[in-house]
Amino acid sequence: MLAMPPIISVSNLSKIYGSDFKALNNINLDIKRGEIFALLGPNGAGKTTLISIICGIANLSEGSVTVGGHDINRDYRAARSLIGLVPQELHTDSFETVWATVSFSRGLFGKPKNPAHIEKVLKDLSLWDKKDSKIITLSGGMKRRVMIAKALSHEPQILFLDEPTAGVDVELRKGMWDVVRALQASGVTIILTTHYIQEAEEMADRIGVINKGEIILVEDKAGLMQKLGKKELKVHLQGRIDAIPASLAAYNLELSDDGHAVIYDYDTKGDRTGITSLLNDLRNAGIRISDLDTRQSSLEDIFVSLVRAP
Amino acid sequence: MNYRAIRAIYLFEMARTWRTLLQSIVSPVVSTSLYFVVFGAAIGSRITEVEGVSYGTFIVPGLVMLSVLTQSIANASFGIYFPKFVGTIYEILSAPVSYIEIVIGYVGAAATKSIILGLIIMATAALFVPLHIQHPWWMLTFLVLTAVTFSLFGFIIGIWADGFEKLQMIPMLIVTPLTFLGGSFYSVNMLPSGWRTITLLNPVVYLISGFRWSFYEIADVSVALSLGMTLGFLAICMALVWWIFRTGYRLKN
Repeated sequence: MLAMPPIISVSNLSKIYGSDFKALNNINLDIKRGEIFALLGPNGAGKTTLISIICGIANLSEGSVTVGGHDINRDYRAARSLIGLVPQELHTDSFETVWATVSFSRGLFGKPKNPAHIEKVLKDLSLWDKKDSKIITLSGGMKRRVMIAKALSHEPQILFLDEPTAGVDVELRKGMWDVVRALQASGVTIILTTHYIQEAEEMADRIGVINKGEIILVEDKAGLMQKLGKKELKVHLQGRIDAIPASLAAYNLELSDDGHAVIYDYDTKGDRTGITSLLNDLRNAGIRISDLDTRQSSLEDIFVSLVRAP
Repeated sequence: MNYRAIRAIYLFEMARTWRTLLQSIVSPVVSTSLYFVVFGAAIGSRITEVEGVSYGTFIVPGLVMLSVLTQSIANASFGIYFPKFVGTIYEILSAPVSYIEIVIGYVGAAATKSIILGLIIMATAALFVPLHIQHPWWMLTFLVLTAVTFSLFGFIIGIWADGFEKLQMIPMLIVTPLTFLGGSFYSVNMLPSGWRTITLLNPVVYLISGFRWSFYEIADVSVALSLGMTLGFLAICMALVWWIFRTGYRLKN
């Protein structure tokens, strides 16, 4: 079976500010149709710049981007028609009503009026009872949802969510993810950036890590977790030890700060995890064990280790 | 053409006018009425006639132009500056609209407002002085051309400005003086010849002269020259707007 062409294809993209500052450096990235793609990276990594270029808000310096097969410069109308964008900052027209601003967005994207669609979007985002309210009277979380409603007003095939849950409370965040999942189920491709790594872990099908303007990794979430997924065994001791006995040096154990536990890292995919022999050797060294627990390293650990790598 | 986008931007901008009716329409009308009281009644009673027309009547075209110029610039510059300032410009830039469509939407709305305003001021003036328009079509042509040209100019200022100060600077420091010195309240022929030559460097003279000619068939310079200068200024503004969008100047970086 032929693979579906990517819905977004970024090739050799660079963004250079001034004479030498490279905000993005030779980015190559394909987004698959219908996936939820999470773009992770520390502040200033280039996430928003990348999104801004794809959506037409910033010019690219080198390279090219196609959206649905349309070049974003040569065929910008077709490319942009497919995209709904929810930027990071809360940019709203304070004095407009919710209904007016969402209808405006639909018109701006060249779509004929469709009150039924706008009603559905507002209801899905729990904004229906606020439709006649001026935006200035809404809370931050509601403004965020108004921006999502604007982005969905023209029935886009691709939705960009730049830090969508910043400043949104837990309840609303959950509701927002329900909407995102429903959109994905209806065939919309979703690209989100987030600082909350748990969210990427929970929501995304694939994850890209960007740092200092370069994509350093793109991987299926499951593959990423497995590939880099180390497990950690924490052995709680009955007594306190001051140092790891020399006979256990081969295990590269780490002693907890209080001396009441040792921590052992192992690879779940290895032929031998070494756990059995570790426990044996601990007993032989006269160390008595009170408890054991294991922990899968989270995406956050993976992320931090990637970004910190020289 | 994305006509729906033009319509959306245009109606959005017009809605802003109705929302701010007091400052958009009422305040220019009030200030113009004050000009009539001060210049027309108080000073005008000492000046009998200018080129065969009573002074109060003479200043009407100039006053209309004064308002149309300043309001076109104010409306259009604020119209595009505000989305830049609050950040909602992101949506315009990410929408499938061409530069021409954006300009038609914003400049069209700003020009519409100032044309409506110009007509309201004329109607107000008719309450104070007898008003007769010799060439109504030419009057409308000059009115529309001027409104569009200066709305474009305002659009450029709105994009260029990166603070409210800059937004006010050009209208206050350049446009208002040029308008006052451009023959709103006097005929250029009343000036000593040296000043007259200098005054002819002021582009506003040509706008007011042409506009006044359409009312009373009296003009400081020939009508063809007035029209030519207006069109020339329009062309310059269009070229500047084209350059702004081609380079993304202050919009896309």
